[in-house]
Amino acid sequence: MSKVKVDQNAADFIYMDDIHQPTHDKNLWNARMKRDTAASGIPEWEQMRDLASQIKEHTLTHLDHYVQQFVTEATKRGVTVHFAKDDIEHNQTVYDILKSHHATKIVKSKSMLQEECDMGAFLEARGIELIETDLGERIQQLSGEMPSHIVMPAIHKTTADVAELFARTIGTDPNEDDPKQLTEAMRNNARPKFLEAHAGLTGANFAIAETGAFVVCTNEGNADLTASIPPLHIASIGIEKILPKTKDLGLFIRLLSRSALGTPATRYTSHFMGPRESGTEMHIVLTDNGRSRRLGMEDFWRSLKCIRCGACMNTCPVYRRSGGLAYGATYSGPIGIIIDPTFDESKFSELPFHSSLCGSCSEVCPVRINIAEQIGLWRQRMVNINESSKTLHYAFGAVEKVFANPKLFRLAEKAAYYGMKLTPNWLLYHKKLNAWGKHRELPEIKKETFRDWYIKNRLKK
Amino acid sequence: MSSLEELLAAIRQNLPAQKVDYPEIPTYEKQGANLKDKFIVNLGLSGGESYDVGSIDEAKEIMQQKLPDTRVTCSATSEWEGSKSIHDIAHPRELEDVDLGIIRAEFGVAEMGMIWLTENSLQVNSLGFLSQHLAILLDPDLITENMHTAYRKIDFQASTYGCFVMGPSATADIGAYLVRGAQGARSLTVFFLKQQI
Amino acid sequence: MRVGLFIPCYIDAIYPEVGIATLELLERLGVDVVVPLNQTCCGQPMGNEGDQKNAASSEQLFCDNFENFDYIVGPAGSCVKHVRMHFDAIPQTKKVEHVRKNTYELVEFLTDILQVKEFPWATYNHKVAVHNSCSAIRGLHIQSRSEWQEPYFNKTEDLLSKVEGVTIERITRPDECCGFGGTFCVTDEAVSVKMGQDKVADYMQHEVTCIVSPDMSCLMHQEGIAKRQKAPLKFVHIAQVLNNGPF
Repeated sequence: MSKVKVDQNAADFIYMDDIHQPTHDKNLWNARMKRDTAASGIPEWEQMRDLASQIKEHTLTHLDHYVQQFVTEATKRGVTVHFAKDDIEHNQTVYDILKSHHATKIVKSKSMLQEECDMGAFLEARGIELIETDLGERIQQLSGEMPSHIVMPAIHKTTADVAELFARTIGTDPNEDDPKQLTEAMRNNARPKFLEAHAGLTGANFAIAETGAFVVCTNEGNADLTASIPPLHIASIGIEKILPKTKDLGLFIRLLSRSALGTPATRYTSHFMGPRESGTEMHIVLTDNGRSRRLGMEDFWRSLKCIRCGACMNTCPVYRRSGGLAYGATYSGPIGIIIDPTFDESKFSELPFHSSLCGSCSEVCPVRINIAEQIGLWRQRMVNINESSKTLHYAFGAVEKVFANPKLFRLAEKAAYYGMKLTPNWLLYHKKLNAWGKHRELPEIKKETFRDWYIKNRLKK
Repeated sequence: MSSLEELLAAIRQNLPAQKVDYPEIPTYEKQGANLKDKFIVNLGLSGGESYDVGSIDEAKEIMQQKLPDTRVTCSATSEWEGSKSIHDIAHPRELEDVDLGIIRAEFGVAEMGMIWLTENSLQVNSLGFLSQHLAILLDPDLITENMHTAYRKIDFQASTYGCFVMGPSATADIGAYLVRGAQGARSLTVFFLKQQI
Repeated sequence: MRVGLFIPCYIDAIYPEVGIATLELLERLGVDVVVPLNQTCCGQPMGNEGDQKNAASSEQLFCDNFENFDYIVGPAGSCVKHVRMHFDAIPQTKKVEHVRKNTYELVEFLTDILQVKEFPWATYNHKVAVHNSCSAIRGLHIQSRSEWQEPYFNKTEDLLSKVEGVTIERITRPDECCGFGGTFCVTDEAVSVKMGQDKVADYMQHEVTCIVSPDMSCLMHQEGIAKRQKAPLKFVHIAQVLNNGPF
């Protein structure tokens, strides 16, 4: 698999025009500001983050126990629980359930796990008609793109982009670019699909071990439509979604949407505890797909605490300039940087370097994942397995000898001074040769260093 | 396909050695909070409206003024008779023509301006989501303070489905503009009224 | 109190005046300051890039140079953060622990250790924006974090407000990263530059004339962008303001 060139993709997003990137930055920064306002209204906010983090770490360090309890309880409630060790088994399991029910038309609400498994393509290739019902996901489905943000999948697109897309795909008036009218058009387009669907697919935000319940949070109500009309409900749930007790939800629901969008909660917080009425079925596909392996990675297992709120993406200055598609992965932004390489270290080897290490991600995370620290540790890992930029580290190899030797260092400083004086400007500012000088003036290297001055003015006096 | 045992084995092989304890979780209740006032403010933040009424007729009149074009009404509570009977519904999709759905909430949450619905209050779950608009009856004495107190009230063994609903359906997926009425209800009106037995 | 002055490599070569201002300021405040002559780099560029092997010898040399001081003070938040929080490419001996624990960034040293109350010798007639680096905010915590629900404080602002003539203006996104990020500024040129340009635009919008920071590395990047855009902004280190020069 070829490497994702995240820096080049980000540059393409920045230089595409002067609308997309600034709008993207503005919208996500607003989400971060709204998050700050929402959090400031809750005096116990920081303590809640501590507790949420602790509950997640408790669950993950006792995960075998809680998985077993969840399965026992869900089964008691009449749910059929299936197990998938990877994406292939996940997709095959979903397909087999659909096939045995002769379900060919399905509606689905947003599930990052199903995205991660690339389930849509798998089912479509087998003749299943699949409709995303979250508006952002539907936009991405119609565009043939991955979601660019965990919570706002189409946030990299402008209203004009969506207007053009809908005109082309669902036949809206090409001059209609009012978000209200475009949303209305999609509402009307989706309604019959809910009514006709043979099955509804959802993900889950949380799964509760003590009751076997799972929780889905949406703002549109699309998960409830998905689950309340067709006779078959299949939920894909990653093993890290489990929480021990119902009362834990009090914390997580209070934190989730405030962190994500700055709203007190999502409009719908839906709890599923078994098949709806007689004649209907509920299936859960409990999926590992690399999670148990990650649990064993000493430096990285805490990324499993993630509740997919997207706060780290909203605050990340690099993500806001890059657009989510630049990461070439299901998960983008800071959380993507530390999760994606667990799926493919080589393909995603450059992601950990696409960060200024400002650290804001760790500080907004509602479950206190040490994201920035893990980015640093992933860099070390990439260097150790020779997946990081070769040129940079050859250069470091040379620099290391200079820094380790004070005499060589003094010589290098002088060489830099004369080098800068003598090098013609066209060479310094040549874009391939000098990434500094393309949009920045170079600083001036002084002839007299501080050390020279100190020797002259303090030691020789 | 994998089995539960295989999944558990993979987890056990990788469990972190350092165990973390389960913490105590406070309920963060504040003394003297006016729960109904808080509920009204927070419901308003998500675009819901609320009214104090003395009778169902009063609520009907308000809805008639708000939505004069309403044709099909369907109620999941015997207190308010709709034009379409919920008891005659054979398939959830039959509620697709409902203009106004009427439901008695089981309780409210002041912190969020939310109401709690289950299949017991909905009768047919899709009523809460296919209806173009919702009228919700809520006993003002059944408002709990926050999510911590709310989750301590719920009996998950008593139902197969439960949903906290906070105002009308919404999205901001196009250009980050907030639009109400995404896939679910376009509006949500709460009437404070004790259940008449 | 014996203080070893840590002058990061880029300050030595590019901003000697910042080193001079720091030294003079500490001397004025009655501190016994020594500059170890064999210092080079703290190893941060390699450490940040995950290159522990090539960071180790710099880290070792740093500890050799500074092990015998009560405090080590450096006018650079990101370098100090590296020493204090990430000096782990080498074995953690008692000596290394001593160095890590006692290395201070200038603003925190003036505020927390010396507890300086006034700078009567300094005047600076400018409307300034304060730029605390990400390392200084989220690593060393010299300013409250906007992500946290915690009372506001800003040690850099507090020191500057003790200087006659200074007016502090808060920009729209005061703690947004400027995009320097060490080697990031060349390995991820487009994003780094865009972040810097947005920072410069924020300054211009707030009509400040001068940006004051305890971190010259961020300013090197910001100044490079401002100069290219011919934006009328001055970039100075806080030591220069507190010591009344040299500029």
